Amino acid sequence: MKIEILTETFEPLMALQNYQQQVNQVANSANSVFIGRMREQHMGNTVEQLYLEHYPGMTERVLRESVVEAQRRWQINDVLILHRVGQINPAEAIVLLAVWSVHRADSIQANEFLIEILKSRAPFWKKEILKEGERWIESNTPGR
Amino acid sequence: MPKISVLYFGQLREQLACGQEDLELQDPCTVAEVWQSLHPQRTLAQNILIAVNQEYVKADFVVKGGEEVAFFPPVTGG
Repeated sequence: MKIEILTETFEPLMALQNYQQQVNQVANSANSVFIGRMREQHMGNTVEQLYLEHYPGMTERVLRESVVEAQRRWQINDVLILHRVGQINPAEAIVLLAVWSVHRADSIQANEFLIEILKSRAPFWKKEILKEGERWIESNTPGR
Repeated sequence: MPKISVLYFGQLREQLACGQEDLELQDPCTVAEVWQSLHPQRTLAQNILIAVNQEYVKADFVVKGGEEVAFFPPVTGG
């Protein structure tokens, strides 16, 4: 398992490929991957940049605990979570969440569970930098 | 005198113009009382989340000296 908060731009497919080298591909024939990138259009405005803040220590702890909970609920063997903080530009990756299992249902369901926990409980906050000024995003919509 | 460390994040940090401050505790008190003694003019909004030692708690959680309390708005990661 690897959980990391990144302050620099990352290429999620490259990160996935690198991490995959240490995952036993024979024992983990199913892999579910979610990649979230920065949106340029939000609430009718063009977003020029995103600023992402987190609570160092607690963010990692919430993510670790959510993986433990996912391991309790599903037969999953490995998890990779990478999440950006700092200044992010349109189309750059914000989050990579990958889950490995023997059967597809476990990794697909655990992946969805983990992204929902990440969005509803992990202490991250987004501020949008618009042409017109700045605004904090006030809440995440569950399941969207 | 035992102290607690109080942290603020996101929009709340900007509104208070403060990321971190210390508070001297006479006796153990609830996190709601911690907020009240630091911000007597400002009601603790219903949607503000609270953590003690990096775990979510409710406003009536009792905090002791040496602990870390954090107040922050709803989270918006992912």
